[in-house]
Amino acid sequence: MQSKKGIISTGAAIGLIAVLLVKMGNPANMGFCIACFIRDIAGGLGLHRAAVVQYLRPEIMGLVLGAFIAAKAGKEFSSRGGSSPMTRFFLGIIVMIGALMFLGCPLRMILRLAGGDLNALVGIVGFAAGIYIGVLFLNKGFSLKRTYRLPDFEGYSFPLFNIFLMVLLLAAPAFVIFSESGPGSMYAPIAIALAAGLVVGFLAQKSRLCCVGGTRDMILFRDNYLLLGFLAIFVFAAIGNMATGMFSLGFEGQPVAHTDGLWNFLGMAVVGWGSVLLGGCPLRQLILAGEGNADSAITFFGMLVGAGFAHNFSLAASPKGATVNGQIAIAICIVLLVAISAANIEKTPFKSKGDLS
Amino acid sequence: MNRIDTRGMSCPQPVLMTKKAIDRSTEALEILAGDNTAKNNIKRFLESKGFSVEIEETNEEFLLKATK
Repeated sequence: MQSKKGIISTGAAIGLIAVLLVKMGNPANMGFCIACFIRDIAGGLGLHRAAVVQYLRPEIMGLVLGAFIAAKAGKEFSSRGGSSPMTRFFLGIIVMIGALMFLGCPLRMILRLAGGDLNALVGIVGFAAGIYIGVLFLNKGFSLKRTYRLPDFEGYSFPLFNIFLMVLLLAAPAFVIFSESGPGSMYAPIAIALAAGLVVGFLAQKSRLCCVGGTRDMILFRDNYLLLGFLAIFVFAAIGNMATGMFSLGFEGQPVAHTDGLWNFLGMAVVGWGSVLLGGCPLRQLILAGEGNADSAITFFGMLVGAGFAHNFSLAASPKGATVNGQIAIAICIVLLVAISAANIEKTPFKSKGDLS
Repeated sequence: MNRIDTRGMSCPQPVLMTKKAIDRSTEALEILAGDNTAKNNIKRFLESKGFSVEIEETNEEFLLKATK
């Protein structure tokens, strides 16, 4: 799977499945969006009260459980954690606030562009700029330090939590909130969404697909492996959108998007920078969490809390554009990213206390 | 012999540590990797730089021996 063919077919599958999910009921250009779906889950659990974005998206549970199954099958499941968990929690919040300014995670950014939304192009430029800044700090010796082996229960707890979310979705008790209008009310049938998540989670675990890794590895090592996956998502989603009449080129009137270029740029710059510090995009964090990585699971909960903040404090943008609160939040996120980046540079790179050699 | 320990580091630090090691000196190198992802990424990187890589697996960890 870790061949160029493997990563390209994974990207192709994601692109086509994303189009299928929209056809089956998901919001336009939102076959997959890790940030939007975690935001919907936060709403469904009542962690925010934005009535239009509340649903327990089974794609997320599918992604985590698909990665879990792939990791177990490939003997790669490993319970580990301990690499600056609190910092990762905060980075999860920051990445979510950035993504909800742009209105999408890096995966939806590609899917938006593949649907003809040119605002995503501005997002990609910001994303690349954020990645570039993150890489500068990596080169200076930025590190959140090592993970260590942990008891098995630690690694199993996040996949189990996702099974619990599935049970909540199916049982639909009164305290789970489901949007009656807006994007949260638009969804593919549960079985199809779950299956789509499982397939993509499985493939992404096997191929290591990561939306931030492509650009990062090109800058650092001139390695195009992950970038091929990123490009394959774009090409196949664009073909799928054109074939099904869902491609519409332009800036104005794009679905679940706004046209404020500066804030699209800055939102994705925050996502790119934060994701480089985390070691992977939001999708990759879900996959790692499914493999037993407790730090990535904590990052998920950071994103969940970030989504709650984003809607409770009116930080999230809407098709009308950015809010003033959101603009202030992005400025605070940038200050925090500078602080986190600078505070975690090792003077003597890669020699931590307790290292064996 | 240069020896580096990349176990438990997030992407892309295992490869970055390897890159810094070969930038310092091009002699033979031993790298410890804690998981398949790091092992494969380091191997791909070293091979792109003209090294040949042998891998020993012990206790779910990997020792990569790189020579030019």
